[in-house]
Amino acid sequence: MIEVKGLTKYYGERPAIRDLSFAIDKGEVIGFLGLNGAGKSTTLKILGCVLLPTTGDVTVDGLDIARNPHEVRRRIGFLPDQPPLYPEMTVGRYLTFVARLRGVSAGDVAKRVAEAEERTATRGVHDDPIGSLSHGYRQRVGVAQALVHRPKLLILDEPTSGLDPRQIVEMRSMIRDLRGEHTVLLSSHILSEISQTCDRLLIIQDGEIVDQGTEDEIARRNQRSAAVTIEVDVASDPDAALAVVTKLPGVARAVVMKQAPGLTSLRVEAATDVRAQIARALVTGGIDLVRIDRGQGRLEAIFLQLTESKEMPS
Amino acid sequence: MNATLLIAQRELGTYLRSMTGYVIAAILLLVDGLLFNALALGGDDKLSAAVLANFFLYTSGLTMISSVFISMRLVAEERQTGTLVLLTSSPVKDGQIIIGKFLSGLAFLAMVLALTIFMPLLIRVNGKVSLGHLGAGYLGLLLLGSASMAIGTLGSTLGRTQVLAAIFSGCMVTAMVLCWMLVHVTERPLNDLFASLALHNKHFQPFQQGTIHLRDVVYYLMVTVVGLFAAIRVMEARRWR
Repeated sequence: MIEVKGLTKYYGERPAIRDLSFAIDKGEVIGFLGLNGAGKSTTLKILGCVLLPTTGDVTVDGLDIARNPHEVRRRIGFLPDQPPLYPEMTVGRYLTFVARLRGVSAGDVAKRVAEAEERTATRGVHDDPIGSLSHGYRQRVGVAQALVHRPKLLILDEPTSGLDPRQIVEMRSMIRDLRGEHTVLLSSHILSEISQTCDRLLIIQDGEIVDQGTEDEIARRNQRSAAVTIEVDVASDPDAALAVVTKLPGVARAVVMKQAPGLTSLRVEAATDVRAQIARALVTGGIDLVRIDRGQGRLEAIFLQLTESKEMPS
Repeated sequence: MNATLLIAQRELGTYLRSMTGYVIAAILLLVDGLLFNALALGGDDKLSAAVLANFFLYTSGLTMISSVFISMRLVAEERQTGTLVLLTSSPVKDGQIIIGKFLSGLAFLAMVLALTIFMPLLIRVNGKVSLGHLGAGYLGLLLLGSASMAIGTLGSTLGRTQVLAAIFSGCMVTAMVLCWMLVHVTERPLNDLFASLALHNKHFQPFQQGTIHLRDVVYYLMVTVVGLFAAIRVMEARRWR
């Protein structure tokens, strides 16, 4: 469905993405994962035919985006990081406008609008002005505009940003329901939503893809030592705590995550769950232990590991 | 429906639903009315045709100013609020976006200009107004408005914010109006060039007096085309940035 080869985009002198290459099959739900500023939005804007790349080839459904932008845009539904909504219009009028703009024939418009409202649960606000809607509803209307013309490819840039936990769950199930009928490419910097919604992940850091594949594949490839991640908060200086922890058998690495007066957070990677040993060692070493816990999920640890080179002190 | 008209229709709806549109219309009508009362009607006894010519002169100045303020939001507002991407990611050409927006601004300006008709009708109460003079004057206003609106659309495409857009367009329109001043300080063939480039002086006067010259019509249409063409190019160039 999408084939990207050597995609590079410069903003002036600064490269936003460098030499990206990947392919996405029809019907897949792909998660595009990266920290803020990693180049996710730029890549999605290029795929959505909003920006043109500096170099590189991108084909969507066999069509080159530089040569046939018009045809490609017909096949794409794009939700940017900020939903492009006109607050003075009602939801119904807005979706009708978008449907006609995307070339839906006059006879089909009402049907398609109803269908998009059905899928995004926005039927109830059909006659409400968009300006009066809550953030959650606006986001849904944003998704509705992206799928109102039944595009083959849906590009959603951070569809869950700013939503409350319940809305996030609803958005996730909505995206899962789109699987099969549409190819979906969604971006996020929140791992949990990506790992639960997507078939495959692309991890991007500093404009380059650092890894791609299913969650298992990525985990297997990057299983340096991070079988278990443990978070430790201590009420003393980090060096002493680090010295004690790194000496323990089974501990592969320990890094300082956060440091505040009187409280230091450490992240410890170990082959097995060595929480008891860490606790004992810290206490006998005269270090005040405040909290000890299993860290985030496997994917989160790998994500941090893949992206830490420039972001984390280690 | 064609995408250009679809965009124009939505934009026009925005003018009619927003405060800004009505504020611009109200100010134009108020100032035009005051000028008409004080300057066109006031002073010594005049022929109806002279009063009407004065009316078109004042209204033409206000038309240029209004065009700048009406057009400032066309593209800049959508860039500010992030909705422009809805249009740029749709199967619509950049030219259709620009022309659609321009047409909506021009249609709104035409509506406001239509409301000024009561002033010439007032002249008719006590004097004689030829329909030809009236038609030529309004055609001139519409053509001048079209040229200023195209320049305004270009300004709105260039400016990051509406304020910047208004400043850019204001400067461009003023520079083009003031071209006639250069006529006196330059020699041939430069002064001929400046005289024919000036947005108002030589080209609007015939309309004001009730005559239509093809060269003036062509001039205003040319300025419109060049302004819109430049705006489209700016839009296209943005995709590369």
